[in-house]
Amino acid sequence: MAHGPAKGISRWLFTTNHKDIGSMYLWFSFAMFFMGGIFALVIRAELFEPGLQIVEPAFFNQMTTLHGLVMVFGAVMPAFVGLANWMLPMMVGAPDMALPRMNNWSFWILPFAFAMMTSTLFMEGGAPNFGWTFYAPLSTTYAPDSVTFFIFAVHIMGASSIMGAINIVATILNMRAPGMTLMKMPLFVWTWLITAYLLIAVMPVLAGVVTMMLMDIHFGTSFFDAAGGGDPVLFQHVFWFFGHPEVYIMILPAFGVVSAIIPTFARKPLFGYSSMVYATASIAFLSFIVWAHHMFTVGMPLFGELVFMYATMLIAVPTGVKVFNWVTTMWRGSMTFETPMLFSIAFVILFTIGGFSGLMLAIAPADFQYHDTYFVVAHFHYVLVPGAIFSITAAVYYWLPKWCGKMYNETLGKVHFWLAFAGLNITFFPMHFSGLAGMPRRIPDYNPLWADWNMISSIGSLLFGAAQVLFLYIVIRTIVSGRKATDGVWDGAEGLEWTVASPAPYHTFTTPPEVK
Amino acid sequence: MLIRSNRSLSLLLACLILAMLPGIGSAGELQLNMTEGVTAVSQEVYKLHMTILWVCVAIGVVVFGAMFYSMFAHRKSRGAKAANFHESLKLEILWTALPLFILVGMAFPATSTLVKIYDTDNADLDILVTGYQWKWKYEYLGKDVSFFSNLSAKSKDQIYDGKAKSEDYLLDVDKVLYIPTGKKVRFLVTAQDVIHSWWVPELAVKRDAIPGFINEAWTRVEEPGLFHGQCAELCGKDHGFMPIMVEALPPEKFEQWLEEQKAEALAVAEAAKQTLSFDELYSQGEAVYNQYCSACHQANGQGIPGNFPAIAGSKVATGELSGHLSVVIKGVSGTSMQSFADQLTPVEAAAVITFQRNAFGNNMGQSVQPIDIVKYQQGQ
Ligand code: HEC
Ligand SMILES: [Cu+2]
Repeated sequence: MAHGPAKGISRWLFTTNHKDIGSMYLWFSFAMFFMGGIFALVIRAELFEPGLQIVEPAFFNQMTTLHGLVMVFGAVMPAFVGLANWMLPMMVGAPDMALPRMNNWSFWILPFAFAMMTSTLFMEGGAPNFGWTFYAPLSTTYAPDSVTFFIFAVHIMGASSIMGAINIVATILNMRAPGMTLMKMPLFVWTWLITAYLLIAVMPVLAGVVTMMLMDIHFGTSFFDAAGGGDPVLFQHVFWFFGHPEVYIMILPAFGVVSAIIPTFARKPLFGYSSMVYATASIAFLSFIVWAHHMFTVGMPLFGELVFMYATMLIAVPTGVKVFNWVTTMWRGSMTFETPMLFSIAFVILFTIGGFSGLMLAIAPADFQYHDTYFVVAHFHYVLVPGAIFSITAAVYYWLPKWCGKMYNETLGKVHFWLAFAGLNITFFPMHFSGLAGMPRRIPDYNPLWADWNMISSIGSLLFGAAQVLFLYIVIRTIVSGRKATDGVWDGAEGLEWTVASPAPYHTFTTPPEVK
Repeated sequence: MLIRSNRSLSLLLACLILAMLPGIGSAGELQLNMTEGVTAVSQEVYKLHMTILWVCVAIGVVVFGAMFYSMFAHRKSRGAKAANFHESLKLEILWTALPLFILVGMAFPATSTLVKIYDTDNADLDILVTGYQWKWKYEYLGKDVSFFSNLSAKSKDQIYDGKAKSEDYLLDVDKVLYIPTGKKVRFLVTAQDVIHSWWVPELAVKRDAIPGFINEAWTRVEEPGLFHGQCAELCGKDHGFMPIMVEALPPEKFEQWLEEQKAEALAVAEAAKQTLSFDELYSQGEAVYNQYCSACHQANGQGIPGNFPAIAGSKVATGELSGHLSVVIKGVSGTSMQSFADQLTPVEAAAVITFQRNAFGNNMGQSVQPIDIVKYQQGQ
């Protein structure tokens, strides 16, 4: 009955196995991470000093746009879906995902979407150049022709995400082993369940907004064209109704990862499990009613401005609860600092710093000065890089031994951590200063006033990039020649995934485990 | 051992980061912090910013302090045994309620400042600010004065080839926006093509300029001074090259400046009556082209394929004159080819059209006179 994988390429093309699909998602995301990283390095190289040296402004704008799109939709989201594929069935004691064929499909359409999107770089008029937020009418009436390809690529990515999310909900709700009640599920499962609902709620909104763009561009409508009675601000409302929950889509699973790792290495159960669940749910709810804090300067009426300011400030409360719970989990534990723990601790610290700048941005009058400056760039990189990227990295180090049955090299892992940690802070911390000092974002050239900060950032970005090349080397080295891992891997680890062999057999839990 | 030294390194780094935050404030060469600005509102905004910053620093010290202590004291290598507590309703309530109180405390001053920012009534002077790709137009409403403000030629010259940059590189313009001191000035902000954002940090005014909408903002500057700003919303290729300069003048000087502007407008109308030689038109046209047109159509007239058409061999520039006049004077709606009717004087328009019809191998051998422009505009 238990059979192994198919041979050759057909194993990957036709697989319905959650582990194979999880691996493909993770490798795909890794590839996109490097591509988006190269775009970022082009940006940082141009900004190394004032003046235009390397690229022209038109191309610079294509780089900022593609960097954002590739990192958000190509690197972070697929990585979390990959982790979900690998871990959710094992964590809830299920043999596979609930909808395995759809699982295959939702992965395999992604490479096509990104091939289409990056091919725009070679088209006449160039790639999309209107920023990852693609505000109309810059992205409609004034866009290069390649915008149509961008729209279709977004549609495909959206379809992939929605299918992935439906699959995750179906798996979690229907496939749990007997005894695995909702409030016994690991927090990673909880955060993904909530994330999946967010995805199902907002990806169609994104699809809607790009479809309206498509209509404006090709079918003579004017949803966003003031000259035809449309409203450019409508675009921003619809976009951020998707965009703000999207931010939490990229961070909630990270909360789950860290909530698995910190207890393991503190050798102490997670503090406040149920409050963590409620905090996640409240954040998800609030994420639907704060979107216009991205638009404090568009000229909303005072009342609207106030409502969105208060709602946004409220998000600090459940987020604070989470941070306090993690710190209390560490408190009076018996801690060791293996690589996954280092990344998780850095996550808590740096994500909190990003949260602080978020709280500052919530203060609408102050936001008039921060908005669209490097301060915002610093803020969202502090929540996304330590938030999403560090937690994904931590997850890879944490579960890699279970995936491939081999241990990574701890010294190399630590070197990777310290390089990435230093690189990240050197790159993004100075952006707070250049932003406060008045540097607008998305500009290819700037006044010498901000030159020092930019030079430091550019150097840091190189360091951060180098750290990720080391990461790739570490992963490959582990798979090829790591020493054998035990089944339990970590001495403080709890959960069903640690009860199966390392590497996890191709099929796990074909008979459901007992959960007490 | 390696682990130990790593840990002290991490502590050091974290301390450094924390130490950098309070270091903020003394400007000097390396500006770290938000400008206090020169208006009552901007100073209030600055105070809000500092308050919330210190609130964050205080919370950070407590949270990170607890964390670092724990990382030091509760380590397996120091023989720490794990406790087993994992729940406390009291703690959860405490750390839900406490932040809530702090936030409510912040909401009061934030609301009051916001109310002031929104109070645009009873202005002494109205200025209509219109964002164009990639320049600003200013109109003093009811004063018959309006003009465009572009990146200065000096900055444009310094962009490439590693040329030395002046102190106001990319922040200086050809025509400054003057406002009177001690008066409430209201800005009505809109845009012609895409969304821009008019931002002058020292006035703490940032308003999106949105086509089809008019947003309001205001300022009152008490002392004369010169303030720089930039477009803050991505608006296409030269988004980084559309600065703002506002100078506050004492009211008498401001009135005097207004009068000069009116006189200048008369002189321009007078100049439109003259007839110029081909060479005069061509050379002046080249200068106008490089200032107003080359951002899109490029200095070599080749354009950027897929974005901006070439002038070299262009059907319009080598076809009927009326077509050419129409494109330049009226613009092409729905594209970034805007109307240049207000931006160029008749002399300049005639010169640049003459230039385009003869440069880049177009060789039409034809010159256009200022009077042709005036006639075209009147016949429109
Ligand atoms: C912001 C960018 C921009 C600037 C600045 C600009 N143009 Fe254009 N121009 C365009 C675009 C875009 C078109 C194409 C319009 C269309 O689709 O018909 C165009 C078209 C033209 C054409 C017709 C070319 C053809 O073959 O279709 C002429 C002539 C022209 N512009 C002249 C000028 C002159 C003269 C100036 C300076 C005073 C100028 N343009 C400045 C963007 C610009
Ligand atoms: Cu602009």
